[in-house]
Amino acid sequence: MVSRWNKTPFPKGTHYLSGNEAAAEGAIAAGCRFYAGYPITPSSEIMERMAIRLREVGGVFIQMEDEIASISAVIGASWAGAKAMTATSGPGFSLMQESIGYAAFTETPCVIIDVQRAGPCTGQATRVGSGDIMQAKWGSHGDYQVIALSPWSVQEMYDLTLRAFNLSERYRVPTLVMADEAIGHLRENLSIRAKVEVWDRKKKKGGSPFGTEEEDGVPPMPVFGEGERLLITGSTHDALGFRKTDDPEVHAKLVGRINEKILKNRSRIVEIEDYFLEDSEIATIAYGFTARTSLYVVNRLRKEGIKVGMLRLKTLWPFPDEAVTELGKKVKKVLVPEMNLGQVAEEVKKFCSFEVIPLNQTNGEVIRPETISELLRKFARKS
Amino acid sequence: MVRAMEKYIRPGVKATPFCPGCGHGILMGLILRAIDELKMDMKKMVFVSGIGCAAWIPSPHYDGDTLHTLHGRALAFATGVKLYKPELCVMVVSGDGDLSSIGGNHLIHAARRNIDLKVICANNMIYGMTGGQVASTTPKGSKTSTTGEGNPYRPFDLCKLVEAAGATYVARYSVTQPVSLINSIKKVLLHVGFSFIDVLSPCPTQYGRRNRLDRPEEMIQDLIRRCILEEEAKGLTEEDLAERIITGEFSS
Repeated sequence: MVSRWNKTPFPKGTHYLSGNEAAAEGAIAAGCRFYAGYPITPSSEIMERMAIRLREVGGVFIQMEDEIASISAVIGASWAGAKAMTATSGPGFSLMQESIGYAAFTETPCVIIDVQRAGPCTGQATRVGSGDIMQAKWGSHGDYQVIALSPWSVQEMYDLTLRAFNLSERYRVPTLVMADEAIGHLRENLSIRAKVEVWDRKKKKGGSPFGTEEEDGVPPMPVFGEGERLLITGSTHDALGFRKTDDPEVHAKLVGRINEKILKNRSRIVEIEDYFLEDSEIATIAYGFTARTSLYVVNRLRKEGIKVGMLRLKTLWPFPDEAVTELGKKVKKVLVPEMNLGQVAEEVKKFCSFEVIPLNQTNGEVIRPETISELLRKFARKS
Repeated sequence: MVRAMEKYIRPGVKATPFCPGCGHGILMGLILRAIDELKMDMKKMVFVSGIGCAAWIPSPHYDGDTLHTLHGRALAFATGVKLYKPELCVMVVSGDGDLSSIGGNHLIHAARRNIDLKVICANNMIYGMTGGQVASTTPKGSKTSTTGEGNPYRPFDLCKLVEAAGATYVARYSVTQPVSLINSIKKVLLHVGFSFIDVLSPCPTQYGRRNRLDRPEEMIQDLIRRCILEEEAKGLTEEDLAERIITGEFSS
């Protein structure tokens, strides 16, 4: 399987857009030609732009009756051959969980953008939060894997949505873009290149769509209407798709493979960025909008001579465990600022020997630089 | 099932999974006969189903593309397939609980949009696979595993429901009316727009045995006795109609 270079359907150059608008452009550039969605703040601008753009590029748009229907239509369209997506926020993301499990188990490529708001429940619909990080990994029942990316800028709403499609097609897995309200509604410059690299799912006539001996663990995926007589089911199935609901070996093998194909390709999937970590004594681990604030503080403290650095998680799932372990060899103390009650901080603790200090804020506002710098200064004095 | 229909059955599939006396096997054959009479190309057919006994009618048996989805969501998945590849003939075969209860919202919205989906609702008036619980289609007074004293609520008239929601072909037949049912399925296959057949199918295992119709032939006899054509119903009093099930084409 190889990638190809596609001409970008949006004029190359610099554009001033919101994060949500940029995400829609990233999807179009990736080759997304099907969108089904349901209105929800703060993600609706993605749907509105897709409604316009898909008409322009000859794709299919439909506003469904709810979020369950939206993700289900996306999965149906994906089996009909489409690169397909939906976007939502907390309450809608909750409703989609069963179908996300279906997509993971039937190995259906699809992209879901969650523009996170302050939960739980209806919470603060127009305010920011990042409380869906654990839900992204564990939201549906049973053992499965997804890929989840975390954009921190308008540029990355474009880049990571595009990458989400590529990863989704390459590994036949639902891929989530875990944005937040602050990034979705932020406006800044977006640079569009003339061409982008896109990946397409591999296809093989007469192949077994749910089993492979290939090293990457990803079977070829045929589509409807090509005489392949596809047999797709969310029940446990063998390599050809036949239901095997009481065969322990088939179940163990299938569950094992859909997890392994992501975990063993982790090094190709996971992306991180590090800042000043070569000589840092203390550090922050941050993602999403909070990583912007965190980097701003780190830069300021560096000017004051404080040896602080930052690890930014561009990928949240599979979790960048190696990078966190590596960081543990360099620093003794890490601050994890998050707009939730420590969802990523707890995950960090699994992989490190250093002291992890969570900075949690769940008031519907972004974390302010002072809040982070105050804590970092305190650590710097102590160490 | 007659040998002539075997060419539409997926190689490797043997006996059907249905209980003795279940009507779903009859319906499985009648759909294939309609497909055969119209010489439909199975390579261009996608069969979508939800969860439950009826969802197993197409999956894995039919030798076309089959999509066995989640409970209640068959119509939403089918909408995605049809909209992206309109050249495919997309048929949804699922149960009454799946389509009208957990999937009820998708049902009325798919009908409202009048998307070209061919919906066959195998209606056994009960949740069969899970052990015979009351459904949104169970007749008032019927005993089920969750209504030991009899169902206190009225059932849906699915034909009225989808017709009101905008379906452009609506019919009801019982598996005891095979010729009419084949003709109706043929009309559905040729119809452009949302089409729906409420197919009454006996479930002696879960419904019959709790409602004094233990033996399969008793349930079949009961359906034959109760099902009357719309034309026949016109002269009858409300009292005469109380026990009857009106069949026919209501919108075409």
